[in-house]
Amino acid sequence: MSISTDSRRLGVGHVPRKPRSRQRSEELMAYLLISPWIIGFALFILGPMLASFGLSFLETNLFSWEYVGLKNYTTLFSTDATRSLFWVSLYNTVYYVFFSIPLTIGAGFFIAVLLNQDMRGRSAYRVIYYLPSIIPGIAASVVWLYLFQPDFGVINWLFSAVGIEGVRWLYDPRTAKMAFVIMSVWGAGGNMLIFLAGLQGIPTELYEAAKIDGAVAWSRLRHITLPLMSPTIFFVVITNIIASFQVFTNVYVMTNGDGGPANSTMMYVLHIYLVAFRQYRLGYASALAWVLFVILLLFTLLVFKSSSLWVYYETEVGGKRE
Amino acid sequence: MSAAIEEMKTKEIRPQRTSETRDNRVRHLTTHLVLILGAIVILFPIAWMISTSLKSQSQVIQFPPIWIPKPIVWENYRNAITIFPVPFWIFGWNSMYLSLGNVIGSIVSNTIVAFAFARLSFRGSRVLFLLVLSTMMLPQQVTMIPLFILFSKLGWVNTYHPLIVPQFFANAFYVFMLRQFFTTIPRDLDDAARIDGCGVLGLFWRILLPLAAPAVGIIAIFEFTASWNWFLGPLIYLSKMETFPLALALSYLNASYRVLWSELMVVSFIAMLPPLILFFIAQKAYIQGIVVTGVKG
Repeated sequence: MSISTDSRRLGVGHVPRKPRSRQRSEELMAYLLISPWIIGFALFILGPMLASFGLSFLETNLFSWEYVGLKNYTTLFSTDATRSLFWVSLYNTVYYVFFSIPLTIGAGFFIAVLLNQDMRGRSAYRVIYYLPSIIPGIAASVVWLYLFQPDFGVINWLFSAVGIEGVRWLYDPRTAKMAFVIMSVWGAGGNMLIFLAGLQGIPTELYEAAKIDGAVAWSRLRHITLPLMSPTIFFVVITNIIASFQVFTNVYVMTNGDGGPANSTMMYVLHIYLVAFRQYRLGYASALAWVLFVILLLFTLLVFKSSSLWVYYETEVGGKRE
Repeated sequence: MSAAIEEMKTKEIRPQRTSETRDNRVRHLTTHLVLILGAIVILFPIAWMISTSLKSQSQVIQFPPIWIPKPIVWENYRNAITIFPVPFWIFGWNSMYLSLGNVIGSIVSNTIVAFAFARLSFRGSRVLFLLVLSTMMLPQQVTMIPLFILFSKLGWVNTYHPLIVPQFFANAFYVFMLRQFFTTIPRDLDDAARIDGCGVLGLFWRILLPLAAPAVGIIAIFEFTASWNWFLGPLIYLSKMETFPLALALSYLNASYRVLWSELMVVSFIAMLPPLILFFIAQKAYIQGIVVTGVKG
């Protein structure tokens, strides 16, 4: 599962000995074969990355440009919300990530543990729980928009059954972000599948041995499942942070592309999109994108650094797939 | 998370020792109960979409909600697809074009690149492969704006080139996934083929590619679904309605006719069908693919 262990197994030196010239020609062939990726990397990744760094020092639309030094960055970090929505959008996004990640990971893990036993209908459950990940994000957003309607939506009908009335959901700055968090939990099935794969790599003998030693279910979970699953959890946390920070489609669709009410759902990527493709402030948008990149890098590093505290690696036993 | 753990505690820790089998039965029953409850929550929005797509204007906004539409308004389907100023089939065609273009591009490029990484030894292969992997972490927003400038200067706005051409230059996820698959194929096969005089390309084309057919199929399904559901890319590059894929058509409908809930559900339903059908047909392969790569849809 983890990327680093895999690259270690990279096949250099596995090929049987052969004449030098043939080796040379094979090497040339190899470079030729990977050239689509090299060209693509230069043209669509590295080049644009550097270009966007350069752009972040310009004030530019598609037709003119002017060097403005660090102005984009000073504007960006300005705490005056009329000048910069950076802090607002960062707060909204972090709020969303902060609630959505534990909930989706927890739900995904929970379902995976339930499904990781011999039982009827297992694959049917798996398919059902994964469905939300197959449906176009925009179609799901339209449905959820309808479900969240305050006056005739099903969610408020359910809430009224337990005596909570009149939540305005997407129309109230206090609850709008929560609506997106709730919707994200609906998609927890994606994590479930990855957890399920990890759980199946844990040898059953471990559980049997623990049972004989008198360990109850809770301590089996605590002392066998969780440690052996920690590399998988680690992987999921990282990919989920990166993905959740880029939440866009449902926010765009469900707020009609304005991040309202009162910017309460102005997520970071929506902000970049609006600055770049509605206002055509391409330099400023590039600065925003680079700051996002750095933020994500820092978050990822943080998780990586913390991993020595809670991620348990034992290559001989669990965590490894064949 | 803590709720999940709490649940397990109450479910399993109870020291009921009447009989092992009864204990097991109770446990199984609660597990199923919880899972069925969850499944209802998951399926509900989809069922609700279909139900709403058949409701009349007045039933759509009724509170408390109506579960089964009465009468069933089939005309919603006709209304929804005639509401657009261009014929509706164009959107389906565009989505298909986008998806198939990306499927072809990703299969052609990724199989070749992954083969080289899996089977050929060359200087720098390790570093290059790490570079491939590291691009998986890159948020696309960092490259989005310069690419937009580039493609605008090329006159590619309102065409599908910016949305398809890059996929012909390999993609880290698929390279990783295919390489994983290639490495599971025994190397003895290569040696035997080599001894029989097979060149590098022959080895790829005649031996490994046919064996990798399942993995290629998984990539085709993944890429089809991802492109069909893609929103941000088309949103950036396509502004003329006749170029819209279904996702954008739905977004347009949502932005202009927000009160027409039935029609919105109709188009959502139509947009959802192809990936859903594909998923049902190939769910085994699909789930296998996710398990191998850890990529989520």
